[in-house]
Amino acid sequence: MTTATPTVAAGTQKTDGTPSTTAGRVRKRLNSRTATLVSIVIAVVWTIPTFGLLVSSLRPEDEIKTTGWWTAFTNPQFTFENYEQVLFGRSASSGQLAGSFINSLAITIPSVLFPLAFACLAAYALAWINFRGRDWVYIAIFALQIVPLQMALVPLLKFFSTGVTLGGVTVMPAWDLVDEQKFAQVWFAHTCFALPFAVFLLHNFISQLPGDLMEAARVDGATHPKIFRTIVLPLITPALAAFAIFQFLWVWNDLLVALIFAGGTDETAPLTVRLAEMAGTRGNEWQRLTAGAFVSIVVPLIVFLSLQRFFVRGLLAGSVKG
Amino acid sequence: MEFDFADEQPKLLMLMYGLVAFVLVVGGLLLLLDVVPAWFARRREAQLVAASTGGAPLPRRPRQREGLFALFFLLPTLLLLTVGLIVPAIRTLLLSLMNGSSTEWVGLRNYGFLFSDDAMLRVLINTLVWVLLVPLVATGFGLIYAVLVDKARFEAVAKSLIFLPMAISFVGASIIWKFVYAYRGEGDQIGLLNQIVVSLGGEPKQWLLESPLNTLLLIVIMVWIQAGFAMVVLSAAIKAIPGDIVEAARLDGVSPWQMFWQITMPSIRPALIVVMVTLTIATLKVFDIVRTSTNGNYDTSVIASEMYNQAFRYGQNGQGSALAVLLFILVIPVVIYQIRNLRQQREG
Repeated sequence: MTTATPTVAAGTQKTDGTPSTTAGRVRKRLNSRTATLVSIVIAVVWTIPTFGLLVSSLRPEDEIKTTGWWTAFTNPQFTFENYEQVLFGRSASSGQLAGSFINSLAITIPSVLFPLAFACLAAYALAWINFRGRDWVYIAIFALQIVPLQMALVPLLKFFSTGVTLGGVTVMPAWDLVDEQKFAQVWFAHTCFALPFAVFLLHNFISQLPGDLMEAARVDGATHPKIFRTIVLPLITPALAAFAIFQFLWVWNDLLVALIFAGGTDETAPLTVRLAEMAGTRGNEWQRLTAGAFVSIVVPLIVFLSLQRFFVRGLLAGSVKG
Repeated sequence: MEFDFADEQPKLLMLMYGLVAFVLVVGGLLLLLDVVPAWFARRREAQLVAASTGGAPLPRRPRQREGLFALFFLLPTLLLLTVGLIVPAIRTLLLSLMNGSSTEWVGLRNYGFLFSDDAMLRVLINTLVWVLLVPLVATGFGLIYAVLVDKARFEAVAKSLIFLPMAISFVGASIIWKFVYAYRGEGDQIGLLNQIVVSLGGEPKQWLLESPLNTLLLIVIMVWIQAGFAMVVLSAAIKAIPGDIVEAARLDGVSPWQMFWQITMPSIRPALIVVMVTLTIATLKVFDIVRTSTNGNYDTSVIASEMYNQAFRYGQNGQGSALAVLLFILVIPVVIYQIRNLRQQREG
């Protein structure tokens, strides 16, 4: 958007009494040139760390450990060895990230779908069904957004491991999950923690649908479930996409919840947990860390770049409209 | 030595179970909501028919079942929030008043510990530094960049590059920056920062071991990630400034500087506040960066990472819970400030 400020510069020139509009034009062009140049330089600086990681991940181990990645341009030596090692290697030190990659997928997909569906239903009820105490329920869910998930971690873990007993009566037995079954705990935790924001975001969209539409459908005898399925769902697809991307990035990139509820063993650890562990115990194995980090980055990057439009829209709706 | 796909099958099976459960729960709920009202409607019809033919008393008008519908729509959400968030939060509050293994009540001793122990005071100070610096620097940078890029060519590409770190996990970002900060005792440096220092004639350092500098270097990571968020929101706000206001100012002959402070800043104030508040809350809860980069060692620990260590590594549930509660208490004033602002905005 080339608007305001450059022309303002020309305007000030006029009030100064300088007749030469050419000078103004030159200055304007210079101004926008400088701005372009500076913003490109900053963008490049911003990208250098990631770029360095990518270049390093493709260099042979000896090279990474002894010379800076910037020397790769004068002395190019590239290999996929690091990726092979870190993904498929079987030795304990190599990472075995292919397994973690599958863990990440298995954790993320249900953790996106469940809150999406539940929040959608709840947001519809809060926006378009009249019942007593509706505003209070909405305010309560809205307020829950501010509870940090740290507040729930210790008791929730206990809830999974020992169940619930009220006055000696077992209301809910321990889940007693082993190995890959622990994914269910992670799904549960992520779903609970995501719901307040999800309801809030989707309510923002759903409550703005035209009321006439609902009214007309009601007059035609459509029930709430029917309106929800045939009218509301198709109309809020962009909002659903926005939240799905949010939640996908959040869950895929999450460390804390996975660390606690996935059990921390390699069997169930997602990429983030595995990488954090490698960074701690093998902090100098840069050939593995760089390739591993890139493996974990690539999926969210693709999702993000291809669906950026929805993401930004969701971001603005979630943060600015309030 | 090869990767064995068969080992992964139980996990994929578990994923399948999860998806089946999803279809059953959500599909079942929708079906229930469809079938039950239809059944009620049919019964009422039958009653009406019976009434008109057999002279039976007319059935009463059906009560409003709106509430029942709402209950079913809200059921999964309310149930999960109660079990997964409300009850655990209350229990954490109680646990914070008990000892490490949650066997006896100790009153406020855990909170006393937070504000008297030297290591804990360090944690609180670090958190304060994070919360003061990250929102300010990230928002400031985002704002400057949004203004700069607003009249630049390649705007979309430049914005994407700044925004990109948002997609990278905190863990990934920490590894990226750990590599920038990397140190070698002898020979060529492999970390960019030390290379720059060396080429300027300085001595290479183990950056992440030097307190308090290391906390600042971790803050750089957070700013690097979050500046894109600030930039996108503020850029949208700048573009939403009505054209005629800008036009009027231009006719009055204001300088770019005046334009920025008297037109742009007041117009985007609401967005500015939202960004600051969001970043403040995110910074308060920062955990991944500290955990991945230093594991909270070398005086870099913050509340969230200390909470994890206390509760899940040292088994000190009481102190861990007290830290969680402290986090909660610190978030509240920030949120109240935002709500008050939103209300003023709506009234104004």
